[in-house]
Amino acid sequence: MSNEILQIKKLSKNYRLSGSFGRASKDFVHAVEDISLEIIEGETLGIVGESGCGKSTLGRMIVRLEEPTNGSIIFEGRDLAKESNRALRSIRKRLQMIFQDPYASLNPRRQIGKIVEEPLRIHGFKKAERRAIALDLLNKVGLDENSYEKYPHEFSGGQRQRVVIARALALKPRLVVADEPVSALDVSIQAQVLNLFKDIQKELGLTYIFIAHDLGVVRHVSDRIAVMYLGKIVELASADDLYAHPSHPYTQALLSANPRMDTNDKSERIILKGDIPNPINRPAGCAFNPRCPKVQDICRTQSPELIQVAGRKVSCHFPD
Amino acid sequence: MSINEPASVTLSESPGKIALRTLARDRRSWISLSILGVILLLALIAPFYASSIAHTDPFKSTLNATISVGGVTRQVLEPSTEGLGLGITPIGPTGRPGAYFLGADNQGRDVAARLLYGARNTLFIGVSAALVTILLSLLIGLIAGYRRGFVDSVLSRLLDVIWAFPVYLLSISLSVVLLTSGLSLGFIHFGPGSIALPIFIIGIVYIPYVARPIRGQVLALREREFVRAAVGSGAKHSTIIFREILPNVLPSVLVFIPIMFALAMLTESALSFLSIGVQPPQASWGTIINDGLGLLYTRPIVALAPGLLIVLTAASLNLFGDAVRDGLDPKTRPRGDS
Repeated sequence: MSNEILQIKKLSKNYRLSGSFGRASKDFVHAVEDISLEIIEGETLGIVGESGCGKSTLGRMIVRLEEPTNGSIIFEGRDLAKESNRALRSIRKRLQMIFQDPYASLNPRRQIGKIVEEPLRIHGFKKAERRAIALDLLNKVGLDENSYEKYPHEFSGGQRQRVVIARALALKPRLVVADEPVSALDVSIQAQVLNLFKDIQKELGLTYIFIAHDLGVVRHVSDRIAVMYLGKIVELASADDLYAHPSHPYTQALLSANPRMDTNDKSERIILKGDIPNPINRPAGCAFNPRCPKVQDICRTQSPELIQVAGRKVSCHFPD
Repeated sequence: MSINEPASVTLSESPGKIALRTLARDRRSWISLSILGVILLLALIAPFYASSIAHTDPFKSTLNATISVGGVTRQVLEPSTEGLGLGITPIGPTGRPGAYFLGADNQGRDVAARLLYGARNTLFIGVSAALVTILLSLLIGLIAGYRRGFVDSVLSRLLDVIWAFPVYLLSISLSVVLLTSGLSLGFIHFGPGSIALPIFIIGIVYIPYVARPIRGQVLALREREFVRAAVGSGAKHSTIIFREILPNVLPSVLVFIPIMFALAMLTESALSFLSIGVQPPQASWGTIINDGLGLLYTRPIVALAPGLLIVLTAASLNLFGDAVRDGLDPKTRPRGDS
């Protein structure tokens, strides 16, 4: 691949369950296991999966809000996984995150303008300069200048998310990780905000990692899509390929669960049996085997690698 | 709501201003603040009252004095003629401005003047102890909630140690010990009669009651996404604590101030009543109640007057505390008022 902006190599995150008195217990939750992934400059990589599959943990590790247990994250020639917090400070400028809940991601006691300016203040911009940048950004995300003086409680969810986007853009990042940025919004507002994402990407040449559980949303914005299941990527393909011919049985089940508008579409809906397994005790072999409709003996013993199959990557012993 | 909607013309208000406006419209806050204002004023004029109106020294025993009431000369401490005729009866309320407006205690001291001086001690100790509690609690709560892990465990267990004792048991034990020895904090030394002792003791015993809720709030706030956003922008710990977390903890700290003030004042009165708070010849409402204990049958006003003042002050503080709480809580605000 040509111009990768970020390379993830064998990245894992285990959470140790906490015992009493600040000590840790012996049990681990394997939130992210051995993920390798490249993100290409200018693209939007969608990451989908059920809740609890580790997609948010992956996103937070990329911006180093979580410390990886193992593996490396190469960005601008440096391994973020190994940098100290002090060294990260300058890198964080070019790596920003947008959060799911626009009601929780704005400090209720600060003015919108100050919220947008805060990253600039942290990085030592002068007051007048900060104000100019903030006003410009508010304008860019479709809020008027009066918003500068207002407080978060005066805004609707969609407007708040615009503020969050403005804040994330303040430091002119190269890569933005958006963790379910529209799932807390009304469906009518979602499209507006998604279009804003696309417009800004076009204008600033940003790279997005777009995390969501809504396949419709991801399809709309993504160039490539990674499907996660229980801490691993099970399929990685271009958006069109993935939706046209899902290869992994889990992807097929996910897509068939999508509500469809076409009443003539008689394709069968795949209903998955059982729940997502407990990430403390991952099933042996392929993590999907207890729920997989195509399960064979090998699936229960041997974990499939994520391998290149006809222009995409699939982690299955019996891909379609 | 669409973004194309015209911007509202009303000036935007900070959450703090909204709370203040709600508070100003609340009748409870005006009633309680007026009562507290009058009591504070009385405390402030204590020296003036003693020197220019009552013309007495409220700290000196006057065992053989006489005063003229309505042209009749009477002894301040009269040999008792009522009941069993035992002991002496101090002069009762004269009912007119001047000396012994509320009568004398059994050492011939002016009760009204002592009440005003007592108000100074009681209110000062109440406010100071409440501030000690709240500042230390804020510090502990912020550190424990922000650092979590081991630091939190240690601080929380320390709070549990204080919490394990009933407030009055702990404050009485501490008072008894410290009143005999005084207290040395490094280079500062408080003598056995210092009012810093009750402030310190009362300030300490209430810390768990305030620090725990603050810690809980900080724990919750630090997981909020606006705090993560600050971390993700490279903010330092101090920036996160002071700019993101502290402003969101302050409303509940404000609610605690009047409530802790009332509690501290009640505790001070109780300790002083047991003679292990404010030490003679200094007065506080608690010590005056104690003075009046032996006069309960003959001159009940000596114990009742400070008692009533304590009730009035504590009730006003609680009423004000309720108004502050409602003012700061957006849920109690009428709809369409945000």
